[in-house]
Amino acid sequence: MPDAIKPELDAVDRRLIVATQAGLPRVSRPYDAIGGELGITGEEVIARLRSMLETGVIRRIGAVPNHYAIGYTANGMSVWDVDDERIDELGARVGALDFVTHCYRRPRRLPDWPYNLFAMVHSQNRTEVAARVAAIAVLLGDACRAHDILYSTAILKKTGLRIAA
Amino acid sequence: MRDARLAAPALDDVDRELINALQGDFPLVAEPYRQVAETLGLDEAELLRRLDAMLERKVLTRFGPMFQIERAGGAFVLAAMKVPEEDFERVTAQVNGFPEVAHNYRREHALNMWFVLATATPDGIAKTVAAIEAATGLPVFAFPKQREYFVEMKLHA
Repeated sequence: MPDAIKPELDAVDRRLIVATQAGLPRVSRPYDAIGGELGITGEEVIARLRSMLETGVIRRIGAVPNHYAIGYTANGMSVWDVDDERIDELGARVGALDFVTHCYRRPRRLPDWPYNLFAMVHSQNRTEVAARVAAIAVLLGDACRAHDILYSTAILKKTGLRIAA
Repeated sequence: MRDARLAAPALDDVDRELINALQGDFPLVAEPYRQVAETLGLDEAELLRRLDAMLERKVLTRFGPMFQIERAGGAFVLAAMKVPEEDFERVTAQVNGFPEVAHNYRREHALNMWFVLATATPDGIAKTVAAIEAATGLPVFAFPKQREYFVEMKLHA
């Protein structure tokens, strides 16, 4: 959310981010293993990760599936030109739909790009994505002037974020 | 570069259960894999073996903390380019060569390349955009988020 207070991260937190951004070690005691690299205890690693979860620096800890590999072969980025007066109210409602995985307001880039609302829809096939996008169109009603669906046809890169050490 | 339009690799029910369980909150305890394994009726070695195999086969792209880089003082931005078909391979290699590019997707549109930049500081975004434009000779359209209405990266396997 936009107006959060920036949490204080110290040098150890930054080293912890660098040490874990590619993933957690797959060993029985992963936090001890990370602590060993950083010269702190596993308990301290856990405490720092917990604190970063609380402040939102970490959204969650877990697996990131390749959506193609788990059967979500249709990935449609639906984009919408929504009345500026109503976008916040409607964006929140689109984001609340159970099939929308990400929903953002972004700037238009006229004349190339008239769309200001982005809602990602994942499904097993394009027919189902199109049906879900049609449901979003109904929800937006006359507040929406135009929309499009950009299907992905290849993942060119997916490494997640990396910050320099 | 690897085209990811591959047939979905065979996953058995245990793999699917594991993916679903591991998208939740991974325990912050000394032996977290053992704890998750117990809730699924697996032993820890079996869970680790399956997790490694799914990472190896790219069923999972990553396993670990997902950082919200803005909260750590960094910045994220979605960006797009109109890449001529005959230059697509060259431009893909150039764009993917930037460590700031976290993911990159080909999409069906005049704007046919969509990628996410992640940098340690907000001014890193503008610098990276300029560097990508210089390297590729193509304009980059940046779409910084103005509001986040929802983000939920969990998908049921």
